[in-house]
Amino acid sequence: MELVIISGKGGTGKTTLTSALSALMDSSVLKVDCDVDASNLHLMFEKEDIKKEAFYGAKVAKIDHEKCISCNKCYQVCRFDAVVETLDVNPLKCEGCGACMVACPVKAITLEEEHTGYSYLTKTPVGYIARAELFPGAEGSGKLVSAVRKINTGSEHKLIDGSPGVGCAVMASITGVDYAVIVTEPSQSGYEDLKRVFELTKHFKIKSFVVINKFDIHLGLSDVIKRFCYEEKIPVIGEIPFDSMVSHAINQGKTIIEYDTPASKAVVSVYEKLRKEVGL
Amino acid sequence: MKLVVLSGKGGTGKTTVSTNLSKVLNMAYVDCDVEEPNGHIFLNHDHVEEKEVFLLNPEFDTTKCTMCGQCVTSCQFNALAKVLDRIMLFPSLCHGCGACSLACPVDAIMEKPRTIGKIQYQNQFYMGILNIKEPMGGPVISELNKMVKESAIFDAPPGTSCSVVKTLDHADFALLVTEPTKFGLHDLKLAVELVKSLSVPFGIIENRAEEEEFLIRDYCEEEGLDLIYQIPFSKSAASKYAGGRLLIEDDDFKVHFETLGQLVMKRLEGA
Repeated sequence: MELVIISGKGGTGKTTLTSALSALMDSSVLKVDCDVDASNLHLMFEKEDIKKEAFYGAKVAKIDHEKCISCNKCYQVCRFDAVVETLDVNPLKCEGCGACMVACPVKAITLEEEHTGYSYLTKTPVGYIARAELFPGAEGSGKLVSAVRKINTGSEHKLIDGSPGVGCAVMASITGVDYAVIVTEPSQSGYEDLKRVFELTKHFKIKSFVVINKFDIHLGLSDVIKRFCYEEKIPVIGEIPFDSMVSHAINQGKTIIEYDTPASKAVVSVYEKLRKEVGL
Repeated sequence: MKLVVLSGKGGTGKTTVSTNLSKVLNMAYVDCDVEEPNGHIFLNHDHVEEKEVFLLNPEFDTTKCTMCGQCVTSCQFNALAKVLDRIMLFPSLCHGCGACSLACPVDAIMEKPRTIGKIQYQNQFYMGILNIKEPMGGPVISELNKMVKESAIFDAPPGTSCSVVKTLDHADFALLVTEPTKFGLHDLKLAVELVKSLSVPFGIIENRAEEEEFLIRDYCEEEGLDLIYQIPFSKSAASKYAGGRLLIEDDDFKVHFETLGQLVMKRLEGA
């Protein structure tokens, strides 16, 4: 069984909730951090990386200037402005599509695999975390997400920390999962983004739940969100109050459940509801 | 003049900084967070014009196609497959690069535009929106880059991957917005690495700063980075933001953003 935590909007509390759930769940559940360009879950725990693998997730065109006859065909066919006038390739713009390679009449262009990051299996007191780091600026976050999700420890259950947005990284994080928890906040932005990400989980036919974090920041909007969830038949399984202890706890490297505060009580109740609903 | 606001971590205040600064500095606002654009919530506009963003996808002329499969081999994104008597396209995997039509020896491929998103605009306001179920926001951001000719603030998507690189194309200056948590600091370091590798001059804004929390201040001092401004934490600001209001409607915050605006202008003049 796989459960993913997503949000649409960034910074609503995905990782904070995932870390607390990780501490509450059985340590045999594999934690998977799919936010590969801002991987933070492992920062919450004492850790030891027991496996590290280089990831080659992109290709970049290379022009052999010995063979090149300066016909400019590569420059003309590139739709990403990656081939510059001097017939060199800007690797940050190159999508690795190979159109230039097809167009080159003298086979002076090859595509080379590019090292774009690492994947890790990390041991922590709450169990294993599969995670990855995409090099800043690299292409192919969706591919790296798929690679992290393939890391297998033999665990029957997986708890997945997703990334913000609705694009390739999120689609790769939620493909094939059984359940999604959407963490939102009562702001106009949080609500807009919840609607967009729910459209995506609905398209993938993933049973979704909603948690409203910092619900007391704006009670009116919390009500608007609850009404939306009621109409769309999405169970709201938690309302977590704003609590300044949360960021304090993160900075101490502790999960919120180690403190006796209103937010930690609300998180424990989310966990209990999930256990009942999905059996984690 | 192109000013880009990015952060690494999501939810640190990119949109808050971009929208309020665009008002204070009287610059255009460009929403490049095309997966979840929120700037429009704060910047009201009544009459919006719209432009579709599309990718070119291959279409096959079955009377010409010899099923040689060279298009399938040429596609680096596995968007094409040979099934029985035809070539099948998986549209969401297609990057619209045109390699297949270049590879086709019998000219059987025509390229047809497929809409993946849109841009809404009105004076000094531009917003890219990626359609749900579309994986790639990059083309929408590239279109925004082409469209905007005036002095503008570009609100980047979270993270540090390719779509942020696209937003940073030809940037004169970058503002990195962070928050004083371990997560904020970790992701700030990635964002710093990114702008340094692209040689874009930058400064840092600490949002929701707390007096007794020195994480960001210490890091900037150690690394000799330009911590331009610290916007203090305020619960009333949080609820103003929640309701979709600009913080500069509040007198205290107006002063904060005016001061920040002046400090940013000084950097822009030097950039």
